[in-house]
Amino acid sequence: MAKDVVEMRHITKQFGNFKANDDISLTLHQGEILALLGENGAGKSTLMGMLSGLLKPTAGQILIDGKEVEMDSPRDAKNLGIGMVHQHFMLIPAFSVLENIILGDEPLKQGRIDYKQAEKDITALAEKYHLDINLKAKVADITVGMQQRVEIMKALYRKANVFIFDEPTAALTPQEIEQLMKIFRTLAAENKSIIFITHKLKEIKEAADRCIIIRAGKVIDDVMVADVAEEKMAEMMVGRKVRTTVDKEPVDQTKTVLEVSGLNVEKDGLAAVKNLNLTVHTGEIVGVAGVDGNGQSELIDALTGLRKIKSGSVKVNGKEYANHSVREITEAKVAYIPEDRQTVGLILPMTIAENLVLKNYYHAPYNKQGILNYNKINADGRQLVKDFDIRSQSEKEAVGSLSGGNQQKVIVAREIASQPDLLIAANPTRGVDVGAIEYIHEKINAERNAGKAVLLISFELDEILKLSDRVVVMHAGEIVGEIDPNHTSAEELGLMMAGQKKTAAK
Amino acid sequence: METGKNKNAIIIPLLAVLSGFIVGAILMLIFGYNPIQNYGSLFTGAFGDIFSIGETLRNMTPLLLTGLGFAVADKAGFFNIGGPGQYLMGWFGAIVFVLHFKALPGIVLIIGAILVGGLCGSIWSGIAGYLRAYFGTSEVITTIMLNYISLYYVNYAIKAWLAPKGSDSSPSIPSKASLNTAFLQHLTNNSTFHWGFFIALFCAFAVWFYFNKTKSGFEIRGVGLNPSASRYAGMDVKKTIIVAMLISGLLAGVAGALDGIGNYQNISVSNSTPSVGFDGMAVALLASENPIGMMFSALLFSALQIGGLSISVFSTTPSEIVNVVMASIIFFVAIRYAFEILLAKGIIKKSNKSKEENN
Amino acid sequence: MSFTTLLMTLVSSTLVYAAPLIFTALGGTFSERSGIVNVGLEGMMVVGAFSSIVFTLDFDKTLGNATPWLAILVGGAFGLLFSLLHAVATINFRADHIISGTVLNLLAPGLCVFLTRIFYSGKGQTPVISQGLDKVTFPGLSKIPFFGEVLFTRTSLIAYLAILISIVSWYFLYRTNIGLRLRSVGENPVAADTLGINVYKYRYMGVLISGFLGGMGGAVMALTITLNFSTNTISGQGFMALAAMIFGKWHPIGAMGAAVFFGLAQSLSITSAYIPLLSHVDSVWFQIAPYLITIIVLVIFLGKAVAPAADGTNYIKNK
Repeated sequence: MAKDVVEMRHITKQFGNFKANDDISLTLHQGEILALLGENGAGKSTLMGMLSGLLKPTAGQILIDGKEVEMDSPRDAKNLGIGMVHQHFMLIPAFSVLENIILGDEPLKQGRIDYKQAEKDITALAEKYHLDINLKAKVADITVGMQQRVEIMKALYRKANVFIFDEPTAALTPQEIEQLMKIFRTLAAENKSIIFITHKLKEIKEAADRCIIIRAGKVIDDVMVADVAEEKMAEMMVGRKVRTTVDKEPVDQTKTVLEVSGLNVEKDGLAAVKNLNLTVHTGEIVGVAGVDGNGQSELIDALTGLRKIKSGSVKVNGKEYANHSVREITEAKVAYIPEDRQTVGLILPMTIAENLVLKNYYHAPYNKQGILNYNKINADGRQLVKDFDIRSQSEKEAVGSLSGGNQQKVIVAREIASQPDLLIAANPTRGVDVGAIEYIHEKINAERNAGKAVLLISFELDEILKLSDRVVVMHAGEIVGEIDPNHTSAEELGLMMAGQKKTAAK
Repeated sequence: METGKNKNAIIIPLLAVLSGFIVGAILMLIFGYNPIQNYGSLFTGAFGDIFSIGETLRNMTPLLLTGLGFAVADKAGFFNIGGPGQYLMGWFGAIVFVLHFKALPGIVLIIGAILVGGLCGSIWSGIAGYLRAYFGTSEVITTIMLNYISLYYVNYAIKAWLAPKGSDSSPSIPSKASLNTAFLQHLTNNSTFHWGFFIALFCAFAVWFYFNKTKSGFEIRGVGLNPSASRYAGMDVKKTIIVAMLISGLLAGVAGALDGIGNYQNISVSNSTPSVGFDGMAVALLASENPIGMMFSALLFSALQIGGLSISVFSTTPSEIVNVVMASIIFFVAIRYAFEILLAKGIIKKSNKSKEENN
Repeated sequence: MSFTTLLMTLVSSTLVYAAPLIFTALGGTFSERSGIVNVGLEGMMVVGAFSSIVFTLDFDKTLGNATPWLAILVGGAFGLLFSLLHAVATINFRADHIISGTVLNLLAPGLCVFLTRIFYSGKGQTPVISQGLDKVTFPGLSKIPFFGEVLFTRTSLIAYLAILISIVSWYFLYRTNIGLRLRSVGENPVAADTLGINVYKYRYMGVLISGFLGGMGGAVMALTITLNFSTNTISGQGFMALAAMIFGKWHPIGAMGAAVFFGLAQSLSITSAYIPLLSHVDSVWFQIAPYLITIIVLVIFLGKAVAPAADGTNYIKNK
């Protein structure tokens, strides 16, 4: 058996009264690809934060190459040959790729940075590990995939032997994911060891040798990937059987609520949505699948009045709403659960009650001649807090002090309480725990069952397939095809998400 | 948790004030002055008799108003350092109005002067608001620049149009247009106390009501705390920014107008932008922009300024010591995090102790 | 006045007015490149002006001609000490950068006039120094036909030094590893931290350099233009330098160029009387020009500007 390069023994990490990691032990062998599986908040990132020198364990030991070590900073981890690729890349957009790679370990010549030497060294590494990067480009101008390769190069340049990847595939296209898996195998073949954090089972099956499952800060199991089925790993991750379906009742799906035709939207002068047509009827959930950055955000922003439409028509219940104000569109009974709850959906320092009236505070009975009726605002807020099971001390608590899942419930409550005809939801469960995910899915499905039209945009295929009546796939600003979620395969979807148009006649 | 925060909202400013006075005392001790005697003369200088009180309240008037102006803009996420310029424009506008329409009855002149002054102030701040809303131009820079533009422009205008040849000051306004009436002079032993004080108090209550009870105030808070979410909620962010900025400049302009027709009775060429605009910022920051709290912080800073004059009367201590005290107070407010750490440690200690006692 | 003499006067007075702005704007560049917004430049200049004047008054008898040059360094040193307040407040205690900078601006005049009254028998201003920074004629260079007379005769040596320092600053920020790191903490401190770069250290460096240069700027102002210290010695130059820094897009050479431009505008408000075309324009327009132009430039060319990405944000390290 290969030697152990990393050994973490009985690691505990405490933040205040909260135990993020509780007596966790793990080992990593040379040349091995180890997956760390767990839900959001299970403690994976905390654990890896300690291995990369960002955090210090409250108790426990870390051994590198068999020797006990203490790391006070990322620099210490680096000196021990540990390289971390963060989920949110640690890059400086204003700097060149080359500057980003050498920052902190710059080769010098007479006091100035020796860019020539750096370029030579990095080019050699890039060839050895088949990493395609453009050293001269500004990081702001390169693709997410290349940014990730820059991160990998940063670690290689620092002579890392152990690579930690935090959710490395979150923002990648299927092709880029495949490339990344290839890079993993190249690294492992060169006797580098890899730990990658994920909650996607497919990737583990595809790339990892071994998998450690973490739940609520504890190790649940340590398994060889080849021996365990995906479903079993999912169950261990969540701790119980997860419902993968919702109950769909038969409803009238004939009336058109949203009708988009010939829609063109630009972002920074470039076409982001191209000649797009889309209809959503009463009582149906239409899912928009696709990889991040293919025009989904621009599409929603255009529909909700947040972004200018260049040409095309957006009709809600037969009336034209292209380039109308956000407020006019809200008044047309369109509700919108935005993807980014903290910077778009909520005003964190304001109270729950204030956030619940964020879109209708200007209406009676809340507003009378410019004066707000706070008694009514708070009373209605209290009711919604109860109805939607928002866990809080009072409706006057600042929304920012709630957990992610409860914050999301505030948004869902507000949007559903507005009794919309059309509900637009963008990644409505991103970064919330499984309990809240199931709750939100039920609520969205209930809207459908009540005969409302729902447009769901999500990067999580599972979510799309679970909820949608119809699925359209978006790529490069266009809808490349429509599929029936009950009769499709991940392969078909993946290919379409990569831009391959559906060839078979429908 | 929430009550703990509220407690800090009062404790930290108090600690900051105390620390500011301690810094002043240390400085005086270093140079061989007697801090107790000086703080004593400061207090009597500010509150010792009815005349001093009149002066202190008069001086508090523009401080409170420019402070309110700063707070309104800041709630909308707009850092208005343009108080001095807006104040100056308000002052200038009020004097020009009164001198130009001398023949009108006094009450019309007074109301007109206040309105014109407010208008001038809000035009001045509106420029910065408009540029920020439609071009994204940093208001910190534009308001600073506008301060200097107003300074040079007003100086020029006074010399070119208002002042008699060879003079640096405009003529005085007729007494019928003055807010410093015989009644108030009589009441306060001939101090410069004027009716503007009550206008300032009214504005403080109005701003409090505006923030906490009105739809427009709700929008300003929303936009200031999170512009993206406000836009998503259908608020007109650009309009809100401009509204906030107009109100902000209006308040600073009214401050200038009240000082113009209440205190100075004319306008003169000056070397630098009026410091009261900056002092208003200090007033707002010390009170965490709570309009009611700002009445107290304005009173404190006014007392420091007026009482400070007595320091050099009764000792050789330079009266600038009060500027040091004021700046220190704001410094301690700015580093409130340091106090939060100290308080947190103190509270932890306390609670540990009480636990032990329970055991 | 002949054309060449006129041009020489214009150039030299432009440089005289520009020199303090160049130093201070460079100071602002260092601070903001490291991520600390610095509206306190004005206060740093006040401290620099005050300390350099006091030093000159005390030592001109013993140190002779070297006094004003040493006084500039003294001004820088006190500016640096003063900027420590800003560094501690913003870097360690998470203060809002603009508020902390404003404190410097409130504190400096109060403190310095307080000390002036103590040192100079209760007066609000110091005596006038006998030994300012004189204008110099460069030997050799001044002999170059036309250019020698315009650029190098009876001109400001310190301004040329300031220009030189702006080039050195550029080299430091854009060619050395320390410069790269300093800029990195102003762009993305979290990323810099993961690479083992001490964010606090480099931010301190940025602020202290800015204090040193700002103090020098104030000293140059006092030693070349006002020749004494009072509340009015520094009246807005710090803010103008801040504008120059922004106008120059947070780049040392750009900041220097903008400072020279502002120097020109100020110099025109005085020399325009001798310039045929401009003599009828009221001087108020030249006084207003730098401020007005800054606004216009910001609106037209910069819009949302290109400040370092993390400028004005506090870095809070996880423990």
